Amino acid sequence: MKTAILTFPGSTCDHDASFALKDVMGLDAEFVWHNQSSLEGFDAVVIFGGASYGDYLRPGAIAKLSPVMAAVRRFADGGGPVIGVCNGFQILLESGVLPGAMIVNESLRFVCEDASVKVEADRTPFTRVIAPGKVLRIPVAHRQGNYFADPATLAALEERRQVVFRYCDAKGNVTAASNPNGSVGNIAGICNEAGNVLGMMPHPERRVERELGGTDGKLLFDSMIVWLKEKGK
Amino acid sequence: MKEIPVTPELAKEFGLSNEEFDRVRAIMGREPNFTELGIFSVMWSEHCSYKSSRVHLKKFPVKGPRVLQGPGENAGVVDIGDGLAVSFKIESHNHPSFIEPYHGAATGVGGIARDVFTMGARPIASLNSLRFGSPKHPRTRYLVAGCVEGMADYGNCIGVPSLGGEVYFDESYDGNILVNAFIVGLLKTEDIRRGFASGIGNPIIYVGSKTGCDGIHGATMASGEFDEKSEENRPTVQAGDPFIEKLLLEACLELMKSDAIVGIQDMGAAGLTCSSFEMASRAGTGFLMDLDNVPQREEGMTPYELMLSESQERMLLVVKKGRESEVLDLFKKWNLDASVIGEVTGDGIARVRWKGEVVAEIPVAPITDQAPVYDRPIARPESQDALQREVDPASIPAPADLAKTWTRLMSCPEMADKKWIFRQFDHMIRTNTLVSPGSDAGVIRIKGTRKGIALSADCNSRYCLLDPYIGGMIAICESSRNIACSGAEPIGMTNCLNFGNPEKPEIMWQLGCAIEGMAKACETFDIPVVSGNVSLYNETRGKGINPTPTVAIVGLLEDASKRLVQWFDSPGDAILLAGPDRLEARLGGSLYLKEVHGKTAGMPPVPDLSHEKALQRFLRAAAKDSLLSSAHDLAEGGFACALAECCVTRPDGPIGAAVSNPFPGDIRPDFAMFAESQGVVILSCRPDRKEALKSAASKFGIKITDLGFVGGERIDIKGVASVSASDLCNDWKEGFAKSLGLEG
Repeated sequence: MKTAILTFPGSTCDHDASFALKDVMGLDAEFVWHNQSSLEGFDAVVIFGGASYGDYLRPGAIAKLSPVMAAVRRFADGGGPVIGVCNGFQILLESGVLPGAMIVNESLRFVCEDASVKVEADRTPFTRVIAPGKVLRIPVAHRQGNYFADPATLAALEERRQVVFRYCDAKGNVTAASNPNGSVGNIAGICNEAGNVLGMMPHPERRVERELGGTDGKLLFDSMIVWLKEKGK
Repeated sequence: MKEIPVTPELAKEFGLSNEEFDRVRAIMGREPNFTELGIFSVMWSEHCSYKSSRVHLKKFPVKGPRVLQGPGENAGVVDIGDGLAVSFKIESHNHPSFIEPYHGAATGVGGIARDVFTMGARPIASLNSLRFGSPKHPRTRYLVAGCVEGMADYGNCIGVPSLGGEVYFDESYDGNILVNAFIVGLLKTEDIRRGFASGIGNPIIYVGSKTGCDGIHGATMASGEFDEKSEENRPTVQAGDPFIEKLLLEACLELMKSDAIVGIQDMGAAGLTCSSFEMASRAGTGFLMDLDNVPQREEGMTPYELMLSESQERMLLVVKKGRESEVLDLFKKWNLDASVIGEVTGDGIARVRWKGEVVAEIPVAPITDQAPVYDRPIARPESQDALQREVDPASIPAPADLAKTWTRLMSCPEMADKKWIFRQFDHMIRTNTLVSPGSDAGVIRIKGTRKGIALSADCNSRYCLLDPYIGGMIAICESSRNIACSGAEPIGMTNCLNFGNPEKPEIMWQLGCAIEGMAKACETFDIPVVSGNVSLYNETRGKGINPTPTVAIVGLLEDASKRLVQWFDSPGDAILLAGPDRLEARLGGSLYLKEVHGKTAGMPPVPDLSHEKALQRFLRAAAKDSLLSSAHDLAEGGFACALAECCVTRPDGPIGAAVSNPFPGDIRPDFAMFAESQGVVILSCRPDRKEALKSAASKFGIKITDLGFVGGERIDIKGVASVSASDLCNDWKEGFAKSLGLEG
């Protein structure tokens, strides 16, 4: 079971991801530089945050052109588990692997704080062991995390149960006040139609130890391990 | 190119006095040309040469068993054990931030980050210390929003968490804000890098952003007063690119894993000039530089412009001869411009070539060794006596409603919740943050060890205005007390001395006194000064700022799990006061006097250094033995505001407290609540640990007074005043944005 941690020029959360996966979860994981064109030998792909290419043009708009993204598309098409967090989510959106787009937060400012998200679907490899309805406390840290999609796309997302996380209050009520960035439908994370690719703005890698405020984020990686084991990896 | 004639008048325009210009001619043995004059003027600017402060800076203690690198390098380095060290420095970017807040403040962060990774350290946390004008001043809101966004964007993009800092507002900063940025980095002790241009024939390599015409003479601008035309200086403010910085950071740290580097320095103030001359001067060498090989952003740049440009995100390296291609390849991997632009020479002369001609030829040693040093005249201001005269209590009307005054102080921008600011900064990245911004000190862990690092930045400039010696001393006391309140031991200090025009004897008096006070406290507490920066000429139209010697102290926790926070934890915990035998509080320089009665006057509280030292040792001992639930010192706003902070800053939501009044009953209630003290800390502990705590305190000669208990809906100082904890918390949370007219 081996995980690829993608690194782009400007990635900042790659080290945090590596610490969470290797040191805390005990997984085998390796950095993969953006100019690699193969993901041969990897069983899962994680794309974490930062400001790839300085967020020039739009966050993720340049990273999507990196050779490694073509490999990610092939990997995803083959059913492999892929998670994009924060800038990773933005890259997956820009690449068209996931539908919709990110716009600047409603406040027009960067926001770094704890957020509560309600789990809406356990069909992804990263929510495999999390009961739908459970509320996770995971921080957000972004300027452009205001998820947007046109009404038809949104309707399709809802109908196909592709909304995986929604911002909510501590009790699980999806309210305007609990939405940190103005995302349509309080959407914090979505998956592709097949369910194997997840994009989310909150940072699960920052909540894998009690010492740092909780282990809700660890549930996503626990899920990934269970899912991969089920697939015989 | 038509050579512009060099005259004493031109030298003056460049900021060189007649005597300094004569000295230039003596060193050169001839008339300098235009480019040479430019080089001398920036090297001898206040910003680069410390010519007015140097004689006073010598008073700081700079040695200690942990100090691996003291002042004089890009940043200080202090040993934290286990083969690890931390490198840190605080630096000002005041003038540029006032002119262009977003880019001015952003490039302040960029500059200090480069200073730290130049030493071979990976930046792991930042602090910022900000001073703005009155919240009512029409420009304040724009400056606050711009500076915060600029610093946050830059730090977020390079992935350095912000652990907090401080923000103050005072009319004295209306025309001259202060933006001081601090960064600490982590390195292995054997990996320290320094700025030496050693080894004759070794190539000099330029790496990073291309050079443009931005920021030319920025160091000179930072060495002069402001006037009506300062806005016209906007083109001298550099624009930053944090993405390039991030690449530079990763590339340099990767390169440092090899042994190809001989010396490295960032191009900060005075760019190519300062970095090359300083590196050669430290090594006692010279250099030959070909400006044609400098990557350039625009065409037609003159040698003068190339040497003085302060374009951001550039580094100068000296590498071992024969290793050039390896180094250039590495930078290519990171898509960075890198170019061999010269070599180290043995004759001690700096030669700069351009289009095949030598355009500047200056002996290296004299430009640094013979740089002007001024022991400028000092005079205590005539107005100081009037300023220090004790305020007659009878002239201070007692508030009709103490609870209302309490709320007012807690929601004024100085005291109010700074979440509006720190939620714009990523304070969790690198997954080390144990105590987020909002406690006395921020705390991060050091992965792979049990250790933690505590950080605090402090300065009460009202105190410094009233008595710079006491104020300077208090800055150290407060900062180290904040470190002790988190359970950590101070291991090093860095400072940013922000003052007015040093050519005025009254300003030099402030500077001299403040340094003496700081030095005295540092000596008493054994805290070495390892780096720092001096920012003078913080004046607009002849009016200086409050003297502001900002202090940042780094503390070490051998066991990070023993860290403390300032807020109360659980209902039922006992509340105690730790302090000197006789509790004293002063109205002089208090927030209460300023905010409610519109006065900055009187004498600030006088710290008792031996008590302070014992108090801090006691706090660390109590933390180590897990006797405490929280510790928070009395500062601005006095006892009542410190107590309120223990209740409302709690991340899980506000909690009440019922305490007795620690002051004698004959003290006016408003003074008991809001007058200010030094060396006093509010503690809380589990009731069953109270006796152990008291006996620990007695060992250190610290007096402990029982005050009451945590819990309930109200914050109640019995017989004096009472407020609802949740109402006060709401006002405290909304106060900052509200008083500045910012959107929440």
